[in-house]
Amino acid sequence: MVGIKSYGAYIPRYRMNHNTIFGAVGFLGTFPTPGEKAVANHDEDTITMAVAAAIDCINGLKREAIDCLYLATTSQPYLLRQNSAIVAAALDLEPNIRTADFIASNKAGTTALLSAFDAVNSGTSSNVLVCASDSRLSKPGGSQEYLYGDGAGALWVADDQVIATFEGFYSVSYDFPDRWKIGTEKFEHAWEDRFIRDEGYTKMIPEAISGLLKKYDLKIKDFAKIAFPGIYAREHAAIIKRLGAEPGQIQDTLIDKVGDTGAASPVIMLVAALEDAKPGDKILVASFGNGSDALFVQVTENIKNLGERRGVKKYLASKKELTSYEKYLAFRNLTTMDIGLRGEVGIRTPMSALYRERKTILALCGSRCKKCGTPQYPPQRVCVNPDCGAVDEMEDYRFSDRRGVVFTYTGDNLAASIDPPSIYGLVDFDGGGRYWFDFTDCDLDSIKVGMPVEMTFRRRYADEPTGVYGYSWKATPIRA
Amino acid sequence: MADGIKDKVAIIGMGCTKFGELWDKSAEDLIVDAFKECLEDAGIDKKDLQAAWFGVHFEEQSVGKGATSLALTLKLPFIPVTRTENFCATGTEAFRGACYAVASGAYDIVLALGVEKLKDTGYGGLPGGPSLMGTRNALIMPKLTAPGAFAMMATRYFAVYGLNPEEGKRMLAKVSVKSHYNGARNPKAHLRREVTEEQVINAPIIAWPLGLFDCCGVSDGAAAAIVTRADMARKFRPDPVYVKALQIALSSGEELMYTKWDGAHVETAYRAGVLAYKEAGIKNPRQEISMAEVHDCFSITEAVTMEDLQFSPRGKVKEDIEAGRFNLDGEQPIQPDGGLKCFGHPIGASGLRMLYEMYKQLQGKAQLPERQIKDPKLGLTHNMGGFPAMNVVSVAIVGL
Repeated sequence: MVGIKSYGAYIPRYRMNHNTIFGAVGFLGTFPTPGEKAVANHDEDTITMAVAAAIDCINGLKREAIDCLYLATTSQPYLLRQNSAIVAAALDLEPNIRTADFIASNKAGTTALLSAFDAVNSGTSSNVLVCASDSRLSKPGGSQEYLYGDGAGALWVADDQVIATFEGFYSVSYDFPDRWKIGTEKFEHAWEDRFIRDEGYTKMIPEAISGLLKKYDLKIKDFAKIAFPGIYAREHAAIIKRLGAEPGQIQDTLIDKVGDTGAASPVIMLVAALEDAKPGDKILVASFGNGSDALFVQVTENIKNLGERRGVKKYLASKKELTSYEKYLAFRNLTTMDIGLRGEVGIRTPMSALYRERKTILALCGSRCKKCGTPQYPPQRVCVNPDCGAVDEMEDYRFSDRRGVVFTYTGDNLAASIDPPSIYGLVDFDGGGRYWFDFTDCDLDSIKVGMPVEMTFRRRYADEPTGVYGYSWKATPIRA
Repeated sequence: MADGIKDKVAIIGMGCTKFGELWDKSAEDLIVDAFKECLEDAGIDKKDLQAAWFGVHFEEQSVGKGATSLALTLKLPFIPVTRTENFCATGTEAFRGACYAVASGAYDIVLALGVEKLKDTGYGGLPGGPSLMGTRNALIMPKLTAPGAFAMMATRYFAVYGLNPEEGKRMLAKVSVKSHYNGARNPKAHLRREVTEEQVINAPIIAWPLGLFDCCGVSDGAAAAIVTRADMARKFRPDPVYVKALQIALSSGEELMYTKWDGAHVETAYRAGVLAYKEAGIKNPRQEISMAEVHDCFSITEAVTMEDLQFSPRGKVKEDIEAGRFNLDGEQPIQPDGGLKCFGHPIGASGLRMLYEMYKQLQGKAQLPERQIKDPKLGLTHNMGGFPAMNVVSVAIVGL
């Protein structure tokens, strides 16, 4: 049976209380709802969060089996250069896979998932990794700024050992112009909120769900959990009521904890539902964006065998409040910061070198000497072990999924940074290998020599003049 | 079996400009200034020079690539000029090239000149990002700066030898206080103000745990030497200074990529020191080396170097620092001219500037009596380029 084999999620460490936004730009007259939103760090974006969710999802499984990767988002960093291919490269997946970006609608996450079910159903793919990730820019002071949060979810679709079987779907598509954006515009446009709410949200989601119930001759009571975006809290409750569902069936929308994560939202909610699900549960998920996809899965006994994941629960609990709205603006490049002349020294990304060394840079692959077993990064042709020195006796060795300890570190105030000090250090990997890395998602005071760290895929730099986002791996304290 | 360079080459003239933020001087001006003093000191004519070695590191900041800028600036008459570059050890590399040229018998009189014009970048610290790894730099190198790279050695030293940050910073403060004391007495030094331990400890943090006064000056300057065959040297002056050892060691990658290095010492410095002592026939460097100019780009570098060069036992430099061993009036004065810390650090010039101080001290010609070390026999220079985990160190020993 086709279904979901594994799940994973990622929510960035920073959370910003809505009152922080209101305190800074409340004069513009928008009204905050209570709650907080997840804010990507300055070195995070849709791609890096997708990679993080994917890593959570493939934990304990053989990633070599993946033969297709979909990335769903409305905030793809690259308009030209496949974002899903970067995710696949970071995950060190084999080249003989199919990759595709699902973009431009908040229902892209569910559409990608349905397409994955189709691909496995038809036999064209066996193991599809669906990543849904969004980190959307919003104009400072607007209502979207309170609403939008950053996060990602990942689902592994396969036809063996599935933890939940795919049972059915019902989709509606409308050219509903609630939000739009063309070309290289920085911000999206939105029509009047009441129009979106009354003509879109409260009509299209019930239409899809009702269509699904009718199509499969099901009753709303048949579902253990019902998940759809909660961008209008009152109307969300009203839809639930209209469907005849009980409060216990409502899947938390995370709207006041993470915010609306766009295309990732229904996927993240499905992951959260799976975290608490028991065999036999039916879970209904619906998206909202230019229509709606409603789909449902049924949980199997296999869910008991799935190893522990960080998932929504652990990432939600692991957080640090971002109390400075100005820092948030800096993180999102929404204000021009003076990082000094040193910071203006340009980077010219050598694309051919990047491609040649893609495994080294994007997958954090080093080498291991077949003679003496010494892991080394970056990959060497001549073994670094002084007692070995073997030449061309290397095999690939991936460091990205290995933990290590801080060998030494510093917090550097001279290095140009949007969030000084720049923290970096040397990491000794479990099992061997040492290299220097930037550290992220940490505070200088919390770093100690010998403390355990893990690796996280991040955006290293944005070279706007040449249109390049550079990615590689950083070290971070074990998140959860 | 190679028999080394000991007593084959002598320095017969040296020159060194004032170091500092010399807004009114170009690299070419500095070249001319250092060369004038050097030539005058040697008492020879420009046309006596048969070859030259030229050191500059950040060529894009100043003179451009190649060696033509030295030839053009000094109007050297179509003689061979070679440019050397080996990070912050560039100056010593120019000197090494010149010495080997003489020792080989290829030439009799050779110039070594190093220059660096750092203050045309528009910001503090060294120019640009790290450039250790070529095209990989932008792709997989952390945002390393020099203070950050050496701060990591301080973090490590504190951890390995069980110093808490307060103890560690106080130990390092004493290193800087000593260098400021020396620099304040040197008319050619960049930073000429004494500081207190409290000032050093309370200064703004540049890269934890290093503060402003743990970092050396970023300066413009040039220095030069003229070397000749040892058997000819006394024809030029009664007090030539002889080269006793010239060694250099480069990282093999073990420090950065293998896990045996402790991070609390510089392996290349130890290795180059061992080789230099062997070449010079020195059994006990703590006793036999009268004085030294070491590459104190940061206070921690000097502290660790005392151990690497076997002036202090491993992990025990704190005791020697506290006892004042390395002060101008101590048993083994270190950085008598103020060091990189206060004399300043124009990269390509630094190695030659260190030799300049050793040369003058050996000749008894430190400008002021209060600066003159009493009856020194052997002076050592230690010139380091790169970062503790990946670097080049050269060690030179000179004597009468």
